[in-house]
Amino acid sequence: MGEHLIKMPDVGEGIAEAELVEWHVKVGDLVREDAVLAAVMTDKATVEIPSPVDGEVLWLGAEIGDVVAIGSPLIRLKVEGEESASSENSPPEKAAEAPARTGEIEAQADGAVRVPDAIVERQARSTPPQTVERPPAPPVRMHRAPAMRAEGERPIASPAVRLRAREAGADLRQVPGSGPAGRITHEDLDAFLTHGRQVSKAPGLVQNTAVEHIKVIGLRRKIAEKMALAKSRIPHITYVEEVDVTALEDLRSSLNANRRSDRPKLTLLPFLMRAMVKAIAEQPHLNAVYDDDAGIVHQHGGVHIGIATQTGSGLMVPVVKHTEARDLWDCAAELNRLAEAAKSGLASREELSGSTITITSLGAMGGIVTTPVINYPEVAIVGVNKMVVRPVWDGSTFIPRKMMNLSSSFDHRIIDGWDAAVFVQRIKALLETPAMIFVET
Amino acid sequence: MKDISCKLLVIGAGPGGYVCAIRAGQLGIDTVIVDAGKPGGTCLNVGCIPSKALIHAAEEYDRIVHLANGRNSLGIRATKPELDLAQTIAWKDGIVGRLNSGVSGLLKKAKVKIVQGRARFRDGKTVEVETETGRQIVRAETVVIATGSAPVALPNLPFGGAVISSTEALALTSVPERLVVVGGGYIGLELGTAFAKMGAKVTVVEAQGRILPQYDAELTRPVSKRLQALGIDVMTGAKAKGLAKAGSTLLVEAEDGSEASLAADKILVTVGRRPVTQGWGLDELVLDMDGPFIRIDERCQTSMRGIYAIGDVTGEPMLAHRAMAQGEMVAEIIAGHKRVWDKRGIPAVCFTDPEIVTVGLSPEEARRTGVEVTIGQFPFSANGRAMTKMGEDGFVRVVARVDNHLVLGIQAVGHGVSELAAAFGLALEMGGRLEDVAGTIHAHPTQGEAFQEAALKALGQELHI
Repeated sequence: MGEHLIKMPDVGEGIAEAELVEWHVKVGDLVREDAVLAAVMTDKATVEIPSPVDGEVLWLGAEIGDVVAIGSPLIRLKVEGEESASSENSPPEKAAEAPARTGEIEAQADGAVRVPDAIVERQARSTPPQTVERPPAPPVRMHRAPAMRAEGERPIASPAVRLRAREAGADLRQVPGSGPAGRITHEDLDAFLTHGRQVSKAPGLVQNTAVEHIKVIGLRRKIAEKMALAKSRIPHITYVEEVDVTALEDLRSSLNANRRSDRPKLTLLPFLMRAMVKAIAEQPHLNAVYDDDAGIVHQHGGVHIGIATQTGSGLMVPVVKHTEARDLWDCAAELNRLAEAAKSGLASREELSGSTITITSLGAMGGIVTTPVINYPEVAIVGVNKMVVRPVWDGSTFIPRKMMNLSSSFDHRIIDGWDAAVFVQRIKALLETPAMIFVET
Repeated sequence: MKDISCKLLVIGAGPGGYVCAIRAGQLGIDTVIVDAGKPGGTCLNVGCIPSKALIHAAEEYDRIVHLANGRNSLGIRATKPELDLAQTIAWKDGIVGRLNSGVSGLLKKAKVKIVQGRARFRDGKTVEVETETGRQIVRAETVVIATGSAPVALPNLPFGGAVISSTEALALTSVPERLVVVGGGYIGLELGTAFAKMGAKVTVVEAQGRILPQYDAELTRPVSKRLQALGIDVMTGAKAKGLAKAGSTLLVEAEDGSEASLAADKILVTVGRRPVTQGWGLDELVLDMDGPFIRIDERCQTSMRGIYAIGDVTGEPMLAHRAMAQGEMVAEIIAGHKRVWDKRGIPAVCFTDPEIVTVGLSPEEARRTGVEVTIGQFPFSANGRAMTKMGEDGFVRVVARVDNHLVLGIQAVGHGVSELAAAFGLALEMGGRLEDVAGTIHAHPTQGEAFQEAALKALGQELHI
């Protein structure tokens, strides 16, 4: 028995680390030579890591999303029939056959890059470790950002630079120095003056011809893929209705004013969640996941409500599981906990998956109408718009009422317009007479 | 006499004033400069230049005396030399005269009008000058005060008779047999050493615990050693009490409290210099003061609009090259250029034997700023050129920041190190790091190599030690 240690390969010049974006194997899997084990993403490309040998996966060295330094252990494989490898005459490993090719990267037609031979170190328990020779990695060049000095420190610059700055009216304390010890060079001053001029002079409108090329990576890439999938596969129908939430707001503020100190402050969302549970009880096919490839709708008993949440790195959808089994306060507490976890990046994959229906709410930014995109492969999403006080005709006079729109989208393949309307009208009725949310019927 | 109106009036034609006037003239400013004496001020007439002349003459004489004292390792035979100090002083006066006319020529070339006489403010825009031919009124839009400084007298030891200041010391036509120097600062030691070399029996009376108290002990040690070798008695912690009734005997209270009397032919008092803030009508102005000095801002502007002050009258360090840089800057400011005092260092040279040169922060000062410092020191005893000059005493020391190796200060003591001030000043002013100094080829064999080696040593890469 022997072991192969596969390290994060050198995936390109000047790259020091790569993000693990996909595991194609898990511990215990049997893999064949050249089978793809994992995919890593750099800012240049996604690179697939093939297995150099047949073997069984013993250990995975990173989780998806981890940024792994080049050369760090990535996978350990158990390989068969390696006892004989103790002999020095044993045939060389595949990886050792072509050391010159190690590290070469072949671009493939699909744009992905394949590393022909991952950097492989063979560790046979019965043999001294044999290392595979490879050309030294190119030195990683550090692009140091121009140093700014500590607060109050005098800028370092030659007298000539100081004089030029003085005459140009530039304050050297604001000029980053790229030279040794943060020394300000003539070039630094040039750059500052060119840049500063655009800002300070601004005699009129200036054309900005700059184009920034921003790689869509990580979470942003995932969001992009998911949105494209949802919009390309699901024929959306969006239904907008207005809801009079005056009574609900009265109830909410009363509950908040009299709540126990250990209970969270209620927003509108827990009420909506509970109302959805009620509505779904009557229309269970709205709480479903549609596997359109297999042609099966998985209609769930549990109401797992995804809550679209804006985080620093982008849109995330933590899931409040089993809302049907949670009361109002529990919904509120779980909602707060998940939102915090998502924003601080601590939400687990579990907490970010498994929803059966989704709410999207932008609060005060909610606008009048939105066209929510369904959280694929679900079949419905409920969008909350901004609440405003509007004059409402009560038959004899205008009265001020707190009004709020719900913009909801449905998968028209599964949900007919009629069903969508019934669902939203039911939620409207529940929210307008909130006692109904809590009363068994 | 017809009144003069001008754009700029400079009061005082010392290094600060005349440089200011020359630059102003070059920049097309209608400039008048006033001084009661010859152009060049203290520095040129009774300071830097004449003292260096005297020091040089003394060195030459001492060298030959040394060679004439029997066999020497150089293998040079010489006969006992003789010194005609009157001739030396005449030679020195010749140099001063050349420089006087040089400065006058430069002023004229820059179209600066020179008015000789004593200036006195009437108000912030008007000055009256007592000239040989009468009273001259000068009205100016802008005035630069560059009145300089004068030797401080001790109250119990006023100048006169045997008690002299550096000015008189530089005009002595015979070497005093016994010279007592009161004040062990750089002026007293420079002149005391020179007179000792010329044959005087010199005693230095210093009130503080050691000579040259503005420098650290390591820097002054080679100087103390040399003073001893020259037979100069140094009394530290001693106070000059006054003259004995007999006349030229100085009463001194020694460190242990005992009284001593030092018989002397001349008593040279060099206890410091004070800014000249009297005699030119300071009372007519409303200037903020900074102790005894005129307060200035980073543009040498005083608290009165249109009145600038430069040089010794504005404070320490009282050095000619500081005044010159200020003068140049002020002229450019008056011409409408954007300038501000942003110098990183003002080198200071002490022409003792051996010489001391410093620029920037001493190790102690650097530590006090709160940054972690590294120090590299290289002795001249390991420098080939110093050996061939028979001047192995001393060292070069570099003070730098630990984090980014920025050079914060450079000090040296040794023979002829004053000329290293140029390299030191440039390294500091350019924002040099240890690597810059270490990576610059320094010519071999020169004493300057010690600078490179000191930087290498601070980096832990020294080669020759």
